[in-house]
Amino acid sequence: MTSRRPGRGALGLHLTLAPLALLWLMPLWLMVTYATTPEADFLQPGVPLGLGGALADNWAILLAQTPFPRAIANSVATSLIYTACSIVLTSLAGYAFAQFRFFGRGVLFALVVATLTVPYVVVVIPQFVLVARDFHLSNTWAAVVVPPLFNSLGVFFMRQNFMALPKDMLDAARVEGVGELRIFFQIALPLVLPSTAALGIILFLQSWNNYLWPLLVLSRADAQTAPVALGALVGLDRVHWGALMVGAVVMTMPVLAVFVFLQRYFIAGITAGAVK
Amino acid sequence: MRRSAVAYGFLFPYLAVFAAFWAWPIVQSIVYSLQNTRGAVPVFSPSANWGRLAGDPVFLRALGHTLAFLVLQVPAMLALAIGLAVALNAPALRARALFRFAFFAPIVVGEVAYSTVFRLLFNGQYGAVNKALAALGIAGPDWLNEPVSAFAVLVIAVTWRWTGYNAIIVLAGLQGIPRELYEAAEVDGVPRWLQFWRITLPLLLPVVAVAAVLSIIGSLQLFVEPQLITRSGPGGATETLGTYLYQQGFRAFNFGYAAAIGYAAAMLALVVSLAQVSLFRSRT
Repeated sequence: MTSRRPGRGALGLHLTLAPLALLWLMPLWLMVTYATTPEADFLQPGVPLGLGGALADNWAILLAQTPFPRAIANSVATSLIYTACSIVLTSLAGYAFAQFRFFGRGVLFALVVATLTVPYVVVVIPQFVLVARDFHLSNTWAAVVVPPLFNSLGVFFMRQNFMALPKDMLDAARVEGVGELRIFFQIALPLVLPSTAALGIILFLQSWNNYLWPLLVLSRADAQTAPVALGALVGLDRVHWGALMVGAVVMTMPVLAVFVFLQRYFIAGITAGAVK
Repeated sequence: MRRSAVAYGFLFPYLAVFAAFWAWPIVQSIVYSLQNTRGAVPVFSPSANWGRLAGDPVFLRALGHTLAFLVLQVPAMLALAIGLAVALNAPALRARALFRFAFFAPIVVGEVAYSTVFRLLFNGQYGAVNKALAALGIAGPDWLNEPVSAFAVLVIAVTWRWTGYNAIIVLAGLQGIPRELYEAAEVDGVPRWLQFWRITLPLLLPVVAVAAVLSIIGSLQLFVEPQLITRSGPGGATETLGTYLYQQGFRAFNFGYAAAIGYAAAMLALVVSLAQVSLFRSRT
């Protein structure tokens, strides 16, 4: 087999892929170096490939422009609450679709599937009117967290996992007279816990990075999430790029670190929605 | 019957949110699109928004940009993603984890964070791209202030962000192709490139179609990148359906017109989804 010995083909493969990989990493690396570059150096010729010494200065500029630690705290809190709520709602629903035959199951599931192929922009106007105008929930965590819970990713994901459970085992528990909720929480859910973790990571990431919806319902500076706070700085007349890059680094590096260790969970979450 | 009651008990919390924040808004959106919402009180007037769409040059330009993006960026990105997936799947590849990290890392980077980075990278005066070009003796364009290059920046940015994502989907498809097919082809002396055309590509088609539909639907609602990288400019040259909807809905607060724009995007998405379904129904 040619694949055993690295011949000319293998060399060509590496010579093509390595520059491309460097190019792909460049925006992330430059984000870091720019975050450490003094403002005055931005007009100097040459690309800042190495780290500078102005991280603290740029951080101070960022803080002078926006209450960024507060924004990060808002992001962490809303993303955690969203993730927990979405896991509970969608695993309950996914369990029902996987384990029960009931009236209207096919139609309901088709409707839920449709959420993936209908652009979000169709629902955003009525959502906004409902939340901001009818319920006056602007600038609250509830406004950020609750509407995106319609996301059906978890329903498919958990349905697939629950379908793999042996039905006999759950039926045995029913014969014993164990209640349905106890069967769910004490038998079924613990068996799919690793997959639930994968789902949780994807949901957290979606919420952490979400921009359009929080932008619409959060206007007060102390209520904004990190993407909203950062996005607002891009539109100012005088943009402090170093400070902006510090904000981008703070938003990106934690999830990147998690990604390094839990890559296969991210990949499982992506392929679950697309393949099948 | 009791089973149905139990099932609906489990479904109820999700369905309540689903009904309130998805099913109802979809219906409500139609209602808004049929109303003139520019006055103090909404008035039923089907032609107010739908009639306006057909003759609104800004909408037609935004639609044109969105379709151009879809036709230019999506196929290029998918071709790149297929190539990347095949390369990352090659048994001869060394340092696989490093390569995977390089191409997959963008999928966790938030739209806002990466958009700010790309706005800086392509800044005509002090962006890294033009500085690198200057070092090579090339005077780069004022990327964000010229229509064609601003559009190109959006294509480059979205390609950077989403190629790895699509490569992951394609990789999953690749791993579903039986190895025996290649072994048989190997025995018959079929060259590698022909194996790719005759085995890999046809068997990948369903997975690529899913990736294509997801990418197209994403393109139809492109918002964060034109909003933050090019700010729809210069002079509206990168206005998309997403940014125009935002402008009409949340700057002008004309909900009826914005809802009509949203539905226009949704109808295009529907056409694409139906095309995919019918294509693969007739093939199998």
